[in-house]
Amino acid sequence: MKELSLNILDIAENSAKARASLIEITIKEAANLLTLIIKDDGTGMSEKTLCSVIDPFYTTRTTRKVGLGIPLLKMACEMTGGKLEIKSREDDGSGAPHGTTVVATFYTDHLDFTPLGDVISTVITLIQGHPDIDFAYKHSLKGGEVTLDTRELRAVLEDIPLDTYDVILWIKENLADQYEAINK
Amino acid sequence: MKSLAELQAIKERMKNKVILREGSGEVRVVVGMATCGIAAGARPVLNAFVEAVNNSDLAGKVTVSQTGCIGICQFEPVVEIYEAGKEKTTYVKMTAEKAQEIVEKHLKGGKPVSEYTIGSNS
Repeated sequence: MKELSLNILDIAENSAKARASLIEITIKEAANLLTLIIKDDGTGMSEKTLCSVIDPFYTTRTTRKVGLGIPLLKMACEMTGGKLEIKSREDDGSGAPHGTTVVATFYTDHLDFTPLGDVISTVITLIQGHPDIDFAYKHSLKGGEVTLDTRELRAVLEDIPLDTYDVILWIKENLADQYEAINK
Repeated sequence: MKSLAELQAIKERMKNKVILREGSGEVRVVVGMATCGIAAGARPVLNAFVEAVNNSDLAGKVTVSQTGCIGICQFEPVVEIYEAGKEKTTYVKMTAEKAQEIVEKHLKGGKPVSEYTIGSNS
């Protein structure tokens, strides 16, 4: 992947496929460390599936639940000296909390660090493709915080879908405005 | 700063348009957005289609949606166009520029851009 934001898009697509109703994307930048957290409340994975997801070439898979996305993200963070952790709790039907959390850390001063890239495009692509899922996006930078929570937008929009083009444009400009305010 | 008040205004404006959306789906543009597609550059292709369709009078009849792996990863980004009563068109090795051209010539003009289809690239 050319940009880290593409890995984010890819991993969040897994959450959507796992029938998540809320996907939380958090990026924290502090000094030379970037932490990326993608958390969902989807169906989750069993321990066995989780192992195969991290190393797809080790275990024979019968399902294609995740594919190459996780190994690509793992490579991207480990190349910088960082690491990838995945926690998951499978939906056992009891109503107990379930879902998957992916945490990747990167050392941004490492030569092999992949730049974050166009993260706004990733957010609007996710919302356009999954208007019924809620997304909570939070990016903490040195100068402040950029946030977007579709639950708040939905409260204003009521029955107008989030993938309405004018809404997508509003989100795009709102995020761009927030980034600009921080970079000033 | 884009405010929630502006979002509220969008809602008021859209309320009356919702009925129109029901009639859409006559033409479907489907972009493959699995790992293979994303790595090959599907994100700008998708956004180019969304933008070009919505900035034209096609918005009422063309829907742009995303799907998983279409199965021909070496040709990604792949875009399929479904039209009622017509055969599916599969565009391969797509770019944002090609997307704009396809909106003009195929979706508006009714003529598929044959040099970008899988038939001309395999």
